[in-house]
Amino acid sequence: MTDGYRTILASLAVRNLRRHAVRSSLATVGIVIGVIAVASLGIMGSSLSALFGGLVSDVSDTVLVTPHLAASSGDPFDPRNTLASRLSERDVAEIEKAVGQNRVIPMIRASERVTVGDTGGYTQVYVLPAEDIPFLLEKEAGLYPQTTSSGVMVGALLADEFDLHPGSRIEVGGENVRVVGIAAERGMGIDINPDYAVIVTEAWYAGRHDEQGYSQVVVKVGDLDEVGEVKAAIEQQLNRREEEVDVLDSREILEIYYETSDAISVFLIGIGAVSLFVASVSILNVMIISVTERTREIGLMRSIGAEKREVMVMFLYESLILGIAGSVVGGLVSVVVGYYVTASVAGFLTGFVAADGGTAILSPAAIGYIVFGVLFGIAASVIAGLYPAWKAAQQSPIEALRYE
Amino acid sequence: MSDEPVIRFDDVSKVYSLPGGDVVALDHVTLTVEPGEFVAVMGPSGSGKSTLLNLMGCLDVPTSGRIFINGEEISRMSDDVLTRLRRNHIGFIFQQFNLIPLLSALENVEFPVVLTERRGESRERAIRVLRSMDLEEELFSHKPSELSGGQQQRVAIARALVNEPELLLCDEPTGNLDTKTGTAIMDLLRLENGEGKTIVMVTHDPKVAEYAHRHIRIVDGRLV
Repeated sequence: MTDGYRTILASLAVRNLRRHAVRSSLATVGIVIGVIAVASLGIMGSSLSALFGGLVSDVSDTVLVTPHLAASSGDPFDPRNTLASRLSERDVAEIEKAVGQNRVIPMIRASERVTVGDTGGYTQVYVLPAEDIPFLLEKEAGLYPQTTSSGVMVGALLADEFDLHPGSRIEVGGENVRVVGIAAERGMGIDINPDYAVIVTEAWYAGRHDEQGYSQVVVKVGDLDEVGEVKAAIEQQLNRREEEVDVLDSREILEIYYETSDAISVFLIGIGAVSLFVASVSILNVMIISVTERTREIGLMRSIGAEKREVMVMFLYESLILGIAGSVVGGLVSVVVGYYVTASVAGFLTGFVAADGGTAILSPAAIGYIVFGVLFGIAASVIAGLYPAWKAAQQSPIEALRYE
Repeated sequence: MSDEPVIRFDDVSKVYSLPGGDVVALDHVTLTVEPGEFVAVMGPSGSGKSTLLNLMGCLDVPTSGRIFINGEEISRMSDDVLTRLRRNHIGFIFQQFNLIPLLSALENVEFPVVLTERRGESRERAIRVLRSMDLEEELFSHKPSELSGGQQQRVAIARALVNEPELLLCDEPTGNLDTKTGTAIMDLLRLENGEGKTIVMVTHDPKVAEYAHRHIRIVDGRLV
């Protein structure tokens, strides 16, 4: 095939598309929307995954021990877990025995009414041994709470919202206390979600409540390779006779996250694929109309020596041009849409990732989804054009010439 | 090749199967067309003229019998081989002109060359052939819809001739033209015949048929 041959078929295709500019551009709009849907939903899915990944990766050294629930699903966020019985001092001691050198941090998750000035509401309160707080949380300002004082620490977002600083006073459970420190923003984690919480020392809490036991125990494993062994040791120690605790390490939790986010991604891309499918049906429709309208022309071309293959190529050029035009426009728009989708998803879920929205659009995954969307769009158009092109090629030249 | 008839029909029948029953369009037709002949095919409508022309033009294959074009039997040829035969050896001229509306006059003439040779010089050849049709040069870039009937038919003849076929098949070439234009077109065809082209022309106009050397009358699918 020489250039002249390809040029004349391609330019015929272009001229025919231009002759029906409105029809062609409407068909293209379908592809544009489809490509945007695939690309931006893909980007959204991947930024969700990135968010999840970011949340969990920083606690990969964590093993979480919770009281066993017959109904427990193994998911630490399962709301039934909060109804759980407690882990006793003896359980904690046994865990400590099992894990050896690794740090064991028992904690209570409670809920208290917190009032700042005129506004108040119930807030998560984490009760931790004073000496363990620096191991779990970084501080943004002020000091860590001490066993000897009654000061508390507040999460960064809570502090932002109520304009709290070290030295501010808030009411926790009806008691006026001093904020001594602000915890650095950390996002959601599997062990502790401090951003909107109040963190108090075990001594402070024990002085005001007579509850026994802990909600959960966090084990920080020094050597990541030992996570499995530590888990096994805890299981061995506590679950020998009957199932007393559930032990999860962050890898398992990561898997739950990834399964969830993969499912979301597949679902989102599925929606995008449906819209591309609809778009390719509209291309199919436009191409069938085009073939029907040009029946006589096809018959003529065939009679003066155009092979079936050449007629087919000419119509495939048409759908290819529609596909390329639509997909490139769609790809460009989805760069913009994807950016805002990423930024808003990030902003919606956790404030701290919002700053990364700008880099997310440049991530290989995002570019990959856009390229995928564009290629998918082109492929869908060409596939939609196959049948009409084949139909055009199969027409008998005599019938086509007789067609009015 | 010169000994071989351009067209040889050997007991050719064509039957169309329609829902209302079989229609015999050609009934055991045997004929030959020698190189350089100018043949007029005449007959009432529905007599099988068009079927005869379609079979000569390798647009269709017979139900029974054998057809030889330049000595080659066509009924067992594949579609692609038939297509190449059409574009290299046969030129078509239609009553409706049948130019490709999206292409300019010159591009219409160039089209069969591009399909055949796929070479850069197709443009020069198209210009040369189109010039010999007495068409003003400024019309070369016009679309068919901007040309008169006579001008369109000149372009169509140029397109039929551009691949230098041995055989020209014309289906009522003057049917859509006034007498004066029609005469000019027929003069062009006679000129081509004088240069050795074999021409088979379907017409029902006795004046047009006078240009031909031999007349074939066909009634109800049989030669008379």
